[in-house]
Amino acid sequence: MEFTKDSLKIDPEQVADELCRTILNQIRGTLKKSGAVVGISGGIDSSVVAALCARALGPKKVVGIMMPETDSSPDSANLAEVLAAKLGFDTVTENISRGLVGLGCYRRRDEAIKQVFPEFDDSYKAKIINPGNILEKETFNFFNLTIENEAGESKTKRMPLKAYLQVVAASNLKQRLRMTTLYYHGELRNWAVVGTGNKDEHQQGFFVKYGDGGADLKPIAHLYKIQVFQLAEFLGVPDEIIKRQPTTDTYSAEVTQEEFFFGLDFYNMDMLWYAMEHDVSPAKAAAVLGLTEQQVEKAYTNIKRKIVATEYLRMSPLKID
Amino acid sequence: MDVRAQLRGFIVDNFMMGQDATVLTASGSLLELGIIDSTGVLELVGFLEETFQITVEDDDLVPDNLDSVDNLVKYIQRKSNS
Repeated sequence: MEFTKDSLKIDPEQVADELCRTILNQIRGTLKKSGAVVGISGGIDSSVVAALCARALGPKKVVGIMMPETDSSPDSANLAEVLAAKLGFDTVTENISRGLVGLGCYRRRDEAIKQVFPEFDDSYKAKIINPGNILEKETFNFFNLTIENEAGESKTKRMPLKAYLQVVAASNLKQRLRMTTLYYHGELRNWAVVGTGNKDEHQQGFFVKYGDGGADLKPIAHLYKIQVFQLAEFLGVPDEIIKRQPTTDTYSAEVTQEEFFFGLDFYNMDMLWYAMEHDVSPAKAAAVLGLTEQQVEKAYTNIKRKIVATEYLRMSPLKID
Repeated sequence: MDVRAQLRGFIVDNFMMGQDATVLTASGSLLELGIIDSTGVLELVGFLEETFQITVEDDDLVPDNLDSVDNLVKYIQRKSNS
C-alpha cells in the first residue's frame, strides 16, 4: 500500500460531520439520553470531545465538569474555562481533593514513594517516568520514580514492583473518583457520559479501567492523536490548548505523556503504528520517516507488546455462558 | 537446586498457576508465549535479585537477558561471575 508522510491527514470537516452524526445517534437513539457530560481538563482530547458534542447537540445540551485536585496544574482549569466560554457550554467545578483524602489516595501513594525514598515529604514533588525511547532499544517497560525538592534538585530510582503497584493503584483513585463524579452529573440530568480517550490511549492501554475508561460512548477512541490535533484546529479549540504539551496531570511534578508512557513523539508514534497496522515493511516506513529499519522494527515490537499487555484493560467483565 | 530448576519452579508457580508446564520451553519467549507481561517482568526481576543476590541494572532489562529460561540462566551465570 501507499505510505507517505500524509497518510494520517484527514478532511477535518468531513470527519467532524460524521462524528457529530454518530454522537447524536448514539446519545439520542441508542442510549436514550438528552445531553452530554464531558470531563474537561484543558487538554486537547477533552476539548475536542466537548467541541464535537456542542456541535452535535448544541452547547446548551453539554456540560463540562472540571475536577481539579491537589496535584492538578492551575492551567488546567483556566484553559477549560477558556474553552467553555468560546464554545458556549456550562461548566461545573468539583474539587475532588477531599474525596481523595477520604479514600487514602495521597497517604497510600506517599507511603509507597517512601519505600523508595525515605526522605520524601510534602516539600518534594514526585513523578513516574518510563525511561525507554522505543526507537533506540528493545527494552522491557519499567518505571522510574523521580522526586524533586524545592531547590529543583532531583533523584531518580527504578521502582521495585511493590512500590510501583501501590503508587499506580493509589493514583488511579483519582481517575475513578472523576468517573464517579461524571456519572453523578449524568444521572442528575439524564445525560450520557462521554469518554475523551484517543486511539493511542485506548489501544495502548494508557487509561484507567473504570476510571477515565468508564463512559457511555468514546467518540475519538479510533482517532490517532495527530488526527485529534487536526480536528482541534478545525473545531476552533483555542490555540493555547492545542499548543500545550500533553501531560498526565496526575503527579505533583509535571510529566508529559511521552515521558510517562509512549516513549516517542506523537507524530512518529502514530505514523509507525499506522504503518504497522497496514503491513508497511520496515524498510518502506524507515525511508518515509527518516529512521533506520532497526528503529522501525523496535517500534513495531514495542507497540504490539503494549497492545497485548493491556488487553485486560479493554475487556468487559467475563461471564459464564 | 540448580539455577534452571529454580527459575522454572518460580515461573511455573507464579505465572502459570497449574497450567500445562510443557509449553515453557527452554528457548521460548516468555512474553510471546503469554506467560508474563510487563508487570511480570518486574516480579521476575525481584525474584532474581533476592534469590541469586545480583543487582539487575536498568540496561539489563532487555529480552536478550530476561525473555526465556535459556537467556535467564546465561544472564544469571554472567552476573554471578562478574
